[in-house]
Amino acid sequence: MSETQAQGFGALMQRCETLFEDLDFNAVKQWKAAAPGRKAIGYMPIYVPREIIHAAGMLPVGIFGGGDQLEVIQGDAYYQSYICRIPRSTIELGLTGRLDCLDGMLFPSICDVIRNLSGMWQIMFQEKYVKYFDLPQNYDDATGGRFYVHEMAALKADLERLGGKPVTEEDLRRSIQVYNENRKAVRELYAYRAGKPWQAPTSEVYLVLRAGCVLPPEEHTALIREYIAKVDEEKRPQRDNARVVLTGSFCEQPPLGLIKSIEMAGCYVVDDDFQLIQSWLLDDVSLEKPPLEALSEAFLHRSAQTSSKYDERKEDKGRHLLRQVKMRGAEGVIFAAPSFCDPALLERPMLQEILAKHKIPYTAFKYAENTGQMAPIREQAGTFADSIKLWSAA
Amino acid sequence: MTTATAPKAAPKKDVIKEDAMLLQKELINRNYAELARAHEEGRKVAATFVPGNLNELLMCFDLARSLPETNALQNAMRKKSGKMVLDAERDGHSEDVCTYVKADLGMMLQGEKGPTGDPLPRPDVLLLSYTGCFTFMKWFELIRQKYDCETTMLHVPYQGDGKISPTMREYVVRQLKEKVIPTLEKVSGVKFDIDRLREYMKESQKAEDDLVAVLQTAKQRPSPIDGYFGAVYYIGPIFTAFRGVPEATRYYAVLKDEVLERMKSGKGPITPEGDHPGEKYRLVVEGPPNWTSFRDFWKMFYDEGAVVVASTYSKVGGVYDFGFRHDPQRPLESLAEYCLGCYTNLNFPQRIDMICRYMDEYQADGLLINSIKSCNSFSAGQLLILREVEKRTGKPAAFIESDLVDPRYFSAANIKNRLESYFQMIRQKRSAAATNEAVHA
Repeated sequence: MSETQAQGFGALMQRCETLFEDLDFNAVKQWKAAAPGRKAIGYMPIYVPREIIHAAGMLPVGIFGGGDQLEVIQGDAYYQSYICRIPRSTIELGLTGRLDCLDGMLFPSICDVIRNLSGMWQIMFQEKYVKYFDLPQNYDDATGGRFYVHEMAALKADLERLGGKPVTEEDLRRSIQVYNENRKAVRELYAYRAGKPWQAPTSEVYLVLRAGCVLPPEEHTALIREYIAKVDEEKRPQRDNARVVLTGSFCEQPPLGLIKSIEMAGCYVVDDDFQLIQSWLLDDVSLEKPPLEALSEAFLHRSAQTSSKYDERKEDKGRHLLRQVKMRGAEGVIFAAPSFCDPALLERPMLQEILAKHKIPYTAFKYAENTGQMAPIREQAGTFADSIKLWSAA
Repeated sequence: MTTATAPKAAPKKDVIKEDAMLLQKELINRNYAELARAHEEGRKVAATFVPGNLNELLMCFDLARSLPETNALQNAMRKKSGKMVLDAERDGHSEDVCTYVKADLGMMLQGEKGPTGDPLPRPDVLLLSYTGCFTFMKWFELIRQKYDCETTMLHVPYQGDGKISPTMREYVVRQLKEKVIPTLEKVSGVKFDIDRLREYMKESQKAEDDLVAVLQTAKQRPSPIDGYFGAVYYIGPIFTAFRGVPEATRYYAVLKDEVLERMKSGKGPITPEGDHPGEKYRLVVEGPPNWTSFRDFWKMFYDEGAVVVASTYSKVGGVYDFGFRHDPQRPLESLAEYCLGCYTNLNFPQRIDMICRYMDEYQADGLLINSIKSCNSFSAGQLLILREVEKRTGKPAAFIESDLVDPRYFSAANIKNRLESYFQMIRQKRSAAATNEAVHA
């Protein structure tokens, strides 16, 4: 029985909140201290194949910036005012020693800011393992796939050196299985929330998923399922809220207060892209094929669309968002993007045009991870929810 | 990211230009004229970006070539880009994103007229060379969404580990063979001929040799060129539609002769107001220039006696000064290496090494960073570059901010103040060093 299984609902949520607020990553330190020689590898949004880290016996740790509780002092000295906040708060975490528990950091290809941060990290934290992890924008198995398999093999070899032991195909398969189960639990949670959004508010779902950034995947899977079981027993009123998909928040995260504000304003968030890594691969990774090839195939052919990925054909644009809207029975879309986020903000007009063609209402705003003034966002979300309700009633 | 030509309608009568500058202007304007006529002459039009620009390959398919960054900066130098940016923002594009993109989209909204006033036709194919800039990908997705153009992606992996691995090269070559070339054949109706590519590359090599020779004259004291403000004219043909064209080879030969002659005579660079008033400060500059007030910006330097002896921006469409040349013996591999080696595809330690090397080889007094709001590829992390270069070279560095083509972000007074303070700092460093030397003599 896991640590979370025996606790009540309040204690479970308290644990998730504690994990979320803990910018010293004590859960990671505890995991490392539980056995000698354990190592932890941080990764930034959006996606890295965590299976490889896990197969090396290491803990993958999601680093999503410093949120609204971290005072950024040193980090601001590295960035101009027109750069988003996540790199500066991540540097703050690093310079204040909060990431000392990490033995390495992965910077996946998402945008030029995170890309450049990989080189900054190489210079600033020279004793740590640092890798820029390139993801293919060509989706042919023989071309992009071959390149991606090689990138993953290079990562595996690096982690073997770091860990001092080989990673076998069997290790990788076991880890794929563990993450298949984790993704299945995430899908169950998303489906549950879409079915009963009044029962599983996104402010809670977010915390449950965010716990997956610091917990081992096995424990996180159990936590998700326990949450679903326990929250279903809670008595919560159903409101006449507007069902919305929230999109654009895949990297720098909005403050929790912003998610709560949207909900308080009369919206049920029935789908989102907050921590896309957990739902990036849309179904199970094959256990039959060579593991790296299986991971590659899943990425190339069965992964979520997001603005950091190239859409090969014009008609592919927005397909994932439309599917989210349809599958979750959403009535509108909220574009919530961090200020100065190139991927989200450049993508937005294209997605808005597609939504307009499908007569799906939308609204848009920007935030930073330390946004403090929620009143304008609450007003905007409330007006949007009202307009949906008026529109659907008309 | 890209290159300049002298504007068609020069604002002042007394603007001084080298012969090579006039030749360059002719070339660039000729390209706009060719683009304007392309469709009526039955030619297809390709658009592609400056970094990772596969000009020799596009010419194999008889395609006319349009470079959207160049279009944006040409509009900026003609004071047209401000309205274009505003029009794009009114059309739903965020104020936070790249102004090259918005100037391009704004230009299309205004009726698809190019910077020279000639029609700029819709591209028949977008060659999305995804090299060193995330925005490129979204830029062409936006154009594709609007105009439904055929699009072919060339994903160029980033040099995260500071080197080009065989896998990276093979990945790019496979994309060229499997995706890019078949798409260009389909759009143009012209079959690919690798020997034709080889011939263009032979021309490229000659031009590349001469360009490097020109840029490296700045190692002399006084430097006969400005390696930033002047260099953006010099890189014009080779970074755009002319690499591999005999006229460009001739242009670089003429330019080299002119510059070598200036060097022999001990002359400094030519500025828009005539000969440089005299070299007092030698600078390395990191980052693209501002285009909306290009002349005013340049004047702030030469008025104070500053010469830029090397710049990273003049390597954005290809880094040639450390030995890379297009190689006709291995054409596709060479195109891959060209793309992989563009400046913004280098990682941070490589960029810092390169700047420190320039500081040393070009005997610079300091580093100036022009941080561009639009360009995260260049700008994100530049403050660390500044610290590292100061630490490693012991020379002063300074930081100014502006934008590419959005006139709202050029504050002349602020930039001038900062530059004046910076030059004062260099003087103080010099006199401190001289005093120190005298004490220890």
